[in-house]
Amino acid sequence: MRAPDNPVAAKQDVLLAVDNVSLGFGGVKALSDVSFDIRKGEIRAIIGPNGAGKTSMLNCINGFYYPTEGQITFKGVKRPKMRPYLAARGGIARTFQNVALFKSMSTLDNIMAGRSLKMHANFFWQLFRHGPAMKEEAAHRRVVEDIIDFLEIQHIRKTPVGRLPYGLQKRVELGRALAMEPELLLLDEPMAGMNLEEKEDMSRFIFEVNQQFGTTIALIEHDMGVVMDLSDRVVVLEYGRKIADGTPDEVKRDQRVIDAYLGVAH
Amino acid sequence: MLYREAGQYKTNYAADMAIFPLREDRVGIAIIILAAYSLAFLGNSFLLQAVMIPFLVFSLAAIGLNILTGYTGLLSLGTGAFMGVGAYACYKLMTAFPGVNVIVWIFASGFFSAAVGALFGLPSLRIKGFYLAVATLAAQFFLQWCFIRIPWLVNYNVSGALDAPLRTLFGVPVVGATATPQTRYLVVLTIVILLTWIASNLVHGRIGRAWIAIRDMDLAAELMGIRPLQTKLLAFAVSSYYCGVAGALLVFLWYGGAEYDVFNINQSFFILFMVIIGGLGSLIGSFFGAALIFIMPIVLGIVLPAMLSPFGLSVGADVIEHLRFMIVGALIIFFLIVEPHGLARLWQIGKQKLLVWPFPY
Repeated sequence: MRAPDNPVAAKQDVLLAVDNVSLGFGGVKALSDVSFDIRKGEIRAIIGPNGAGKTSMLNCINGFYYPTEGQITFKGVKRPKMRPYLAARGGIARTFQNVALFKSMSTLDNIMAGRSLKMHANFFWQLFRHGPAMKEEAAHRRVVEDIIDFLEIQHIRKTPVGRLPYGLQKRVELGRALAMEPELLLLDEPMAGMNLEEKEDMSRFIFEVNQQFGTTIALIEHDMGVVMDLSDRVVVLEYGRKIADGTPDEVKRDQRVIDAYLGVAH
Repeated sequence: MLYREAGQYKTNYAADMAIFPLREDRVGIAIIILAAYSLAFLGNSFLLQAVMIPFLVFSLAAIGLNILTGYTGLLSLGTGAFMGVGAYACYKLMTAFPGVNVIVWIFASGFFSAAVGALFGLPSLRIKGFYLAVATLAAQFFLQWCFIRIPWLVNYNVSGALDAPLRTLFGVPVVGATATPQTRYLVVLTIVILLTWIASNLVHGRIGRAWIAIRDMDLAAELMGIRPLQTKLLAFAVSSYYCGVAGALLVFLWYGGAEYDVFNINQSFFILFMVIIGGLGSLIGSFFGAALIFIMPIVLGIVLPAMLSPFGLSVGADVIEHLRFMIVGALIIFFLIVEPHGLARLWQIGKQKLLVWPFPY
């Protein structure tokens, strides 16, 4: 469906390109020579067995790690060595495998914190919590309330997130990432440890984010059913190498993927 | 009047985001402020001079440290030194420009300690926890060395001590030997209320959220676009500003003169204990902590002899003194066991219970 019939057009709607990226920690190679791209508006899944380098890949994309070799191109610009907040500024948001919320803050404040980059009232007005500062708070609160409505978490608005059950925490974390209005949303195992119902909800939210806001999504997930249903294209990693890349159907039939997941007879 | 949320509808976000969204809370704060002001006219000079003024000064310093340690999660042992910077800066400014009102210099002196604090906060980008505490300890020793060794700071005063020259506000002496405890109390109270209000504005807004985000999960905060270095340095600067003003108040509106060793490491620990016992990350906890650590021993000093005398026990002042230390120590341990998150948490739980009283939830 999205096969690059016209190579020029296909190049143009690439949002993020990973070219020959390798990442090593001392003697350990987490990624070696991985190349793939993420196109504007698609849901891109990164799958692979444990320790395949999926999370390391996300960490490279949002600037926690800098690839030892290779290049990452985001929105057509080759990225220099950068800190994560610059990636955030560029429009990359992310959720974590182990929920990384601000535990003592309420749901509201967590999602408000996601709006940090969009808030500009200066220090002087912040001192008095008046005028532009308060106007800004209220305006962003409105956006945050929309996100809360979208994720159906109205009832836990003012609860400190540390007290919430795991499934809801995951949802708040998605909300916090959405508050950044990202162009590229990275989801690291958004459905880990959830029951079926919660997984269905989360899948629905991910799908709706992609459809309604046109957000490009890259997700890591172990639930193959979810991956195959949600994603437009899948890249498969094993031991830090790319072993397959294509539509879910292509990947499913790939012998190397089957070997990686089921093992090879010796 | 019951303490209830019910029936108080908010029709806009600004009202819902108010610092005291409940009417009862607003009334309560108004009563406390009113009572604090009327104390100036009702209380005797011992109460004002020996209890209330230092309590407010220490509360202010505790708020300063709480912004750094409680809200931003950066442990600091340099509080005493930062207070000292404020005091010495205030002295230099006051004596260099005697024509300018002393209140202006008290507020201005905070900027000097803010600058020094931000400078010593630079290591906080790379180190955390106990290691940062050690780095701030360096600030404590270095600055204290400066206070002793640089006679310029005390205008080459042979005694090496800070003295409080006479300064007036609207013709009434506020600093100096002739200033009455009443005026000094009113000035300190007003400054503390003003700065507490500003601190509460800061911690409830974008900046406060950035501080807490850095404390709770610094990696995720950075991914939200919160820049760690700027946020931490701002916390150091604001925190030191508060400590600096508290230091200036301590010397010129409480002691009326001081030597360098007022700002030693003990002072730093003293303030740190207030913050920990009061509640990390709570402004009202700073007041509770200062009350427990500072006022409790005074109360015991008065109450203990009165309690012991009916039993025919006439004990010496030294025994009372020892008993006082033991009881305060025991109380601190008791409160920490009952509520490790400090008195502020107890207060929070109490309010929560009151909100739903007489039902359990």
